[in-house]
Amino acid sequence: MEILSHIRETLLQGDDDGVRDLTRTALAAGLTARTVLDEGLVAGMGAVGEKFKCHDIFLPEVLLAARAMYAGMDVLQPLLAGEGVPALGKVVIGTVQGDLHDIGKNLVGIMLKGAGFEVIDLGHDVSPEKFVEAAERERAGVIGLSALLTTTMPVMGKVVEAVRSRGLAGSVRVIIGGAPVSEQFARQIGADSYGYDAASAVERVRALLKGP
Amino acid sequence: MRDAFTFDAVAVRTEGYSLPGLKGPWAASGPPERVSALAVEAREIFLRLARPRGILEDISPEAFAAVYRGEGLNEPRTPVDEISTRAGRLALFVVTLGEEVSGEIARLFESRDFALGYVLDGLASESADRTAGLAARRYLDSLIALGEAREDWAALNYSPGYCGWHISGQRRLFDRLKPEEIRVRLNESFLMRPLKSVSGVIAAGGKEIHDFSDTFEFCSECEGHGCRQRIVSLGAARGSEREQWRS
Repeated sequence: MEILSHIRETLLQGDDDGVRDLTRTALAAGLTARTVLDEGLVAGMGAVGEKFKCHDIFLPEVLLAARAMYAGMDVLQPLLAGEGVPALGKVVIGTVQGDLHDIGKNLVGIMLKGAGFEVIDLGHDVSPEKFVEAAERERAGVIGLSALLTTTMPVMGKVVEAVRSRGLAGSVRVIIGGAPVSEQFARQIGADSYGYDAASAVERVRALLKGP
Repeated sequence: MRDAFTFDAVAVRTEGYSLPGLKGPWAASGPPERVSALAVEAREIFLRLARPRGILEDISPEAFAAVYRGEGLNEPRTPVDEISTRAGRLALFVVTLGEEVSGEIARLFESRDFALGYVLDGLASESADRTAGLAARRYLDSLIALGEAREDWAALNYSPGYCGWHISGQRRLFDRLKPEEIRVRLNESFLMRPLKSVSGVIAAGGKEIHDFSDTFEFCSECEGHGCRQRIVSLGAARGSEREQWRS
């Protein structure tokens, strides 16, 4: 459909007004919210993600596109709820206790939403108990932890322990990210995955929710 | 010498070109127009909201050794350990851009202005580093004015959290310097508020005191090796930069 391809292109240009208008036009033309979401917005963000991975575009442009995607989502959201369209999965994210750095966590949240996941953002300075309670309450499949300080990295291990002690280890997976952490650290604390950057975090979350 | 000071936001503001997306592979043509526009807007916001200020205080090598030991978590060998013993003079410092810039970054993300928030965040981080560099220059100029340093000395700032100096070293630094005077606080995770703040030691002395090889064990984990550029650029454009700051 031409309108869907137009949405994808407009999204890539980061034109939020344009995406909002085109989303309305697509719905008025009879397309379902689900189709506009999957083949317009999510596919558009997928193309953005590919260009980012290939270094054709950089983060500021990805974020402009994300804002445009949100503009389209605002139009679709009420209809999606009515159509009973499920998200790809639910992810609870936050910056761990003692750490106030938000930017990396925000970027991951934006990219996850762009990929079609429902994101529950607990903000920063989040205790292990709050992560686990939110995951249980929201029936989230993944907890995403962010830290920018070597001094707050150990809190990630405490979240993993809290997930286990609550008996959620099979149903709730933990992914970690942030400047001081690594794949090796993730293994060391028993986390299920590690995201090097926002784009790879999305891929890893997708894999976690698909299962082995 | 204890010196509390402010800087003009124009003096500390950088261009933000170290950000991925602004320093892309388009050296000649520059970034795409929409990205350039973000940088321009971020610079304007920065000038409106940044309140750069700082405090520094002389410290003897013996007293610094106690501050540096901190909680005992430093790497066994570090550049700061060596440089501080070679320095002619040392001063503890804290600088900040104030709460307003951080508040605006958070507000931009909340209002979905993600790209502008991201660019402003990077610009502010760069500018906080530059503020620390200007504090070092200020310290050296004060020493020279007092006849306590030679014109050919160089002063560089070094911070806990880098190059083997454990971030927990900030506790003793704060206990001694008491930067609450400029409204900078430290939390239990050794995180400063406002976020865009820098703390550490300024080492002043002959340029050679700052020279070291990046062959420490932890250097292999460092992506930037920014120490190389700092060492190479010692003494560059000193006069013009000095004119940019004011009390």
